[in-house]
Amino acid sequence: MRYDQARWTRNGEYEPLLAEKDLTRVEIRDTEGETGEESGSAEGDVTTVESPLPDELTRDELALPGLSEPELARHYTRLSQMTYAITTGPYPLGSCTMKYNPTFTEDVAALPDAAVHPDRPAESVQGTLELCYRLQDYLARIGGMDAVTLQPPAGAAGEFVGIRVASAYHEANGDERSEVIVPESAHGTNFATAALGGYDVVSLPSDEAGRVDLGALEAALSEETAALMLTNPNTLGLFERDIEEIARMVHDVGGLLYYDGANLNALLGRARPGDMGFDVMHYNVHKTFATPHGGGGPGAGPVGVSEELASFLPAPRVREAGGESADPEGEPTYERFDPPETIGKVHGYEGNWLVLLKAFAYIARLGDEGLADASAKAVLNANYLAERIEYEVPYGPFHHEFVASAGDQDAADVAKRMLDYGVHPPTTKWPEIVGEALMTEPTEVESKASLDQLAEAFNTVASEATETLETAPERTAAGRIDQTTAARTPRLSWHALGE
Amino acid sequence: MYGSHETGSPYAPHTDENAAAMLETIGAESIGELFDIPESVRFDGEFGIDARTERETRRLVEGILARNDDQVELLGRGHYGYYVPSLVDHLADRSEFLTSYTQYQPETSQGFLQALFEYQSLLVELTGLGVANCSMYDAATALGEAATLADRARSVSGTRVLVPDILREGRRETLQNYVAGTDLAIEEYPTRESTVDLAGLEERVDDDCVMVYAETPTVRGAVEERLEEVGDLASGAGALFVLGSDPVALSLLQRPADVGADVVVGDASVLGLGTSYGMGLGLFATREKHLRQVPGRLVGASEDSRDRRAYTLTLQTREQHIRRERATSNICTNQAWVALRSAIHAAGLGPDGLAELAARGVRRAESVAERVDGIDGLTAPVDDRRLFREFVVRTERDADALRADLGDRGFAVHALSADEIQCCVAGATDGEIDGFLAALEEVTR
Repeated sequence: MRYDQARWTRNGEYEPLLAEKDLTRVEIRDTEGETGEESGSAEGDVTTVESPLPDELTRDELALPGLSEPELARHYTRLSQMTYAITTGPYPLGSCTMKYNPTFTEDVAALPDAAVHPDRPAESVQGTLELCYRLQDYLARIGGMDAVTLQPPAGAAGEFVGIRVASAYHEANGDERSEVIVPESAHGTNFATAALGGYDVVSLPSDEAGRVDLGALEAALSEETAALMLTNPNTLGLFERDIEEIARMVHDVGGLLYYDGANLNALLGRARPGDMGFDVMHYNVHKTFATPHGGGGPGAGPVGVSEELASFLPAPRVREAGGESADPEGEPTYERFDPPETIGKVHGYEGNWLVLLKAFAYIARLGDEGLADASAKAVLNANYLAERIEYEVPYGPFHHEFVASAGDQDAADVAKRMLDYGVHPPTTKWPEIVGEALMTEPTEVESKASLDQLAEAFNTVASEATETLETAPERTAAGRIDQTTAARTPRLSWHALGE
Repeated sequence: MYGSHETGSPYAPHTDENAAAMLETIGAESIGELFDIPESVRFDGEFGIDARTERETRRLVEGILARNDDQVELLGRGHYGYYVPSLVDHLADRSEFLTSYTQYQPETSQGFLQALFEYQSLLVELTGLGVANCSMYDAATALGEAATLADRARSVSGTRVLVPDILREGRRETLQNYVAGTDLAIEEYPTRESTVDLAGLEERVDDDCVMVYAETPTVRGAVEERLEEVGDLASGAGALFVLGSDPVALSLLQRPADVGADVVVGDASVLGLGTSYGMGLGLFATREKHLRQVPGRLVGASEDSRDRRAYTLTLQTREQHIRRERATSNICTNQAWVALRSAIHAAGLGPDGLAELAARGVRRAESVAERVDGIDGLTAPVDDRRLFREFVVRTERDADALRADLGDRGFAVHALSADEIQCCVAGATDGEIDGFLAALEEVTR
């Protein structure tokens, strides 16, 4: 397989910026009282916009691109052509769960009835509340949790809710704790979230098999332990087989066990965090439940907790209304409520509603069997691909992802060269437990033929010379980009380009 | 169309023959064998979720959402229903934008990176500040991030964060959660006429303040008229001046850099997203001197191996995947696609369209307020301030009862207290405004 990405060039540069196509300067002037001047009138090269506010309350001018609709359609279509996506080809970015995103969920999110304001009273948005209620319920069942909040707008925001809930729980018990334990191989967000929550981060080494080292855990645990944050399967794709023992140890010192849901796509219908002893977890709906990643977001990171922690969740949640507000006809009605010891809000409103809607549609479409099949095929695909590639794959048995080692090659160079073969490369150089790591998660959406193509890309690159890798990629829109210059001389807007 | 796997995931393309061949390559008898899960934690129950066809699923969701009343929303207070042109949907929905992820491999992601660079540039132009990141979640979380930046900024020391007493609850609570792990404490300063009470603020500003937050327009629709003095008070005490606004307002109102703002936060999804139950796009811009403390992703220009300008995520040593517990924020997944939408909408309007949209927000809010004031039993506006997009009305009738009666007539407004409602004209058509005023006359009679 060979790939030549679209590459638009003009005058020796790539597609110009909007501002290089047009920059229109408008003057903003208080013309109240003046006559004979129309709003939007042009004087020479400068357009004037008539302001209803006095000059001292307004800006003087505004300089932005002023292009027509057809020009914009071309600009953004060209930019889209210079962007590789899951609809372009395989995207086995480890721990990111780059599934195909069903198109019908976009139609569902575009329904006019979905476009409601968050300050609408409950009685006038029963549809939205019912959908939230049903999604809370779906997620609780899938995770084996007792209560769910939909508010966190991303996985890291879900982690933050988990840590804040843990703080509130310990405080309610008159128990101030100062540490959160995070395995060395964990996602970077775990460390950053614990620190944002005001905790000292205790890093936990892995054992020789790539799992939590129980001895090290024993040593790390104390009365200061607020929580242990764990991903299961971990970032090597390994199931933490001692999970029940880990849960017992954490609970014995009064700590909570947090489940990072990034890798939940390995377990649907096979195991549930709640059953393993986790007290709190987040779900990455943009991973597990196939909502589009949107070039970096939006996602959503609902959080599930055990009964004991439900009263601390962010406000509001949604429940079935009882008593007077119940519908006498029998159709359930729904209301918002504030959990009694709530940590308050972690988002201005109710989170990324349109994303949650897509996740609901995906879960409702697949049902029990579809969800379980998604995990089954995700694990089948990872195991098959690991078998087919020639790079060494240490550790195992893995589930939805594996970490191969590029060995003598530089993993970053391997990734660049893979781009030339029409596949997105794996996550590279992480987790550090594997040298020159190639962290690979094909997900269930790749066919055998597609996996064979991926394997061929890996294997071709594995046999190529260092200088070929170092000068790659050659077929993408841009050649290898100089990261050092970008960081040393930051140019972060078109205003900075002339400098 | 889904052949033999109609009981499985419709998005897993394996035939039974494929799956068998793959198992043979692996050397396993069954897929179940691949799961290394101890018996004691295996789940052998059911979720009880029925599978549906695509058509059934669409009907299910349509049916649920049909329970939402169809109302003309005159609602704002931080979330606005501006009309979003069709072009935004069609371009942003191109699957290359929608189904890619963070640009870890910039060479194959130039298009999205350029779009984000252009979004950052839009914010730099609007704010006059040198650096804008390529998104936070929403205005509330951006405000929280601003406070932690103030806490880290070397030029600042202290423990107090000052916010207006009319700050929206969701923003205040979110801010409270963001500072819970720091030594910072949030305090309110008083407002007058829904804007900063300068004397009240001055009493509270001292060397122990790390940040003074103000918004324009305020949550009650008033335009702040003395921002420069707020900025002077903050900088005089060595605190950062954090200003909340949005791209439409900033197209007309004073440029934040000109009033001394150190950080600008807000919700940029006023462009590009429309009403979406509070989903947002956190705007975050600051002065270049705080560059190394900026949370979230930054797109920068560089050169590629062909000596051409190319774009890449940069200064990533600030971020969680490199710096872990010493990162400037825990954010990873952000709102990039909403930023794309916002940028397309702004480009479609152009600078004159943007400034006109903002100017119209002032004219309409003020003219509709005047018409409301002509109705017996209502006084509008309540505040002696210039208005932007929305305004508060004092009512002789109980505000909740008024709101409910308006709801029955198909119009949604905010009820703020026993005698105040708030109306926003950002998304309503002229015809809808006329209908609303007629309904208001009926319910106040």
